[in-house]
Amino acid sequence: MKQEKTTVVEHHNFQGDYRILRMAAPEIGPLVKPGQFLHLLIPHLGDRILRRPFSIYKADTGGVSILYKPVGRGTESMIPLRPGDAVDIIGPLGNGFPALGNNKLPVLVAGGYGNAALYLKAKESPVKGVAFFGGRTAEDILCIEEFQVLGWDVRPATDDGSLGTKGLVTAAFDPWMQELGAGSGAQGVEKLELFVCGPNPMLKAMGDRAIKHGFTAWLSMDKNMACGVGACLTCVIKRRTTNGWEWARCCKDGPVFESREIIWE
Amino acid sequence: MEPENSTPPPPNSPPKQPAMAVRIGSMTMRNPVTVASGTFGYGPEYADLVDLNRLGAITVKGIGPEEHIGNPTPRTFETRGGMLNAIGLPGPGAQGFIDKYVPFLAPYNVPVIVNIWGKNMDDYGKVVEILDDEETVSAYEINLSCPNVKEGGSAFGTDTDSFSRVIELVRGKTQKPIIPKLAPNVSDIGAFAKAAEDSGADAISIMNSYPAMAINIDTLEPELANRTGGLSGPAIKPIAIKLVWDAAKATKLPIIGMGGIYEPEDAIEFMIAGATAVAVGTANFTDPSTVARVIDGIEDYLEQKGHSSVADIVGTVKA
Repeated sequence: MKQEKTTVVEHHNFQGDYRILRMAAPEIGPLVKPGQFLHLLIPHLGDRILRRPFSIYKADTGGVSILYKPVGRGTESMIPLRPGDAVDIIGPLGNGFPALGNNKLPVLVAGGYGNAALYLKAKESPVKGVAFFGGRTAEDILCIEEFQVLGWDVRPATDDGSLGTKGLVTAAFDPWMQELGAGSGAQGVEKLELFVCGPNPMLKAMGDRAIKHGFTAWLSMDKNMACGVGACLTCVIKRRTTNGWEWARCCKDGPVFESREIIWE
Repeated sequence: MEPENSTPPPPNSPPKQPAMAVRIGSMTMRNPVTVASGTFGYGPEYADLVDLNRLGAITVKGIGPEEHIGNPTPRTFETRGGMLNAIGLPGPGAQGFIDKYVPFLAPYNVPVIVNIWGKNMDDYGKVVEILDDEETVSAYEINLSCPNVKEGGSAFGTDTDSFSRVIELVRGKTQKPIIPKLAPNVSDIGAFAKAAEDSGADAISIMNSYPAMAINIDTLEPELANRTGGLSGPAIKPIAIKLVWDAAKATKLPIIGMGGIYEPEDAIEFMIAGATAVAVGTANFTDPSTVARVIDGIEDYLEQKGHSSVADIVGTVKA
């Protein structure tokens, strides 16, 4: 974990309202593991004092990139950022996704730009499996080609049917899973290992399936944060223990948890 | 120094650095800057980002007699110029603190102030009994003002009789410096400052977060699960400055001033109002480099103004 007072390298529209912000990060960049996040002190945020967490989309020795959509006070204040502007980032934060288990079939599941958090995992994974990306319309399904180039079988789902299966991401995933399950044994659903990032209902839906059908699902949890480093205890969720539950910090103990660890509220 | 060498310094030699060390009872801080309890975890959380040995002291998150689960979520809410919190003092308890965090803190060359709290009078005594043999524990800040725990905390902080009794009880159990943390929502802070002095405290901390609330106008629900919380951050600084100024007139005890310190100038203002030391709180969340910047900035200010010691500015307000 490092703090870098650095500069914007690139900032542009990506697709629809989505934007990509790349920042120089010679110290943070090389440390990043898939599924980790940055805590960004947004300049010109006026009287709002807290940092904002962002999943890391891409990282290398020179810098880090995030993919975002202006949806609130923080992200809207980022729009005027230009190359050379000063930014302050802390990262990489959180535990990230674990390595793919032996003989597992990796499956990526994302809602909207949640797939930005899965890109480094997609790249790192020694086996390329299937990627289910859900969104409201075709415009909300991002980076399909980037995942395809890496070797992933991308299966989109949109609420309005403008791209891929019509419906939620589960509408694409469920039939595929059932077909796979028909094979049973070594070819069955037990060998699935899911890496999931998106809105809470989607995380829960995939977690429920993992528990019901006996496969592994790593869920990247999103909860309001203040410090981002495990000190303030704002972003806690209930984690199952042998004799009950405990608070786990999304920022430090997560953001990635296995579906069986989480007690949904 | 041998007499024959005691010639005047050459004209280009840098001016002597101002003395930054301050004393809180028997505890010496190498500089007057610590962190506010609850904003810095127990130390390890910020160790990658902050050189802990630079701090005047580390003040850890509140420790009760036993493990405590704290409040449901949402626990914090950002407001203009500040934030509300109602974390509810979750923590490992006194023995848990010793097992889990003392081994980490012990090797550092920095005093550790343990913030202690209790649901009732006896709890405060129990915490001190468990912790007092630990050399790593340098001093106790007594939390008599947490706005977010129903059972005690703030109740002790708003009534001078029970306030004094807790301090006397803790005084009877330790030789280490004890520092009651005062509630801001009292009509006469001076009375509490005086009561702390009369009850055997070594210093006082001012202030805890201010009882506050925010409501979502769509759901009509409070933004915090606890309904109310404590306001911290830049928004409360002028309140804290006045409380320090008021308290300094009522007691000779050293005051650790806190509330919205984001820049060196904020810390200096607290000291001019009467604080011997200061604590950086919510600013740790915004920018963990604040503590180092505040220490350096105080030193620069003293040099610029020609002071030989940080003590020179304490309580110098012309009012």
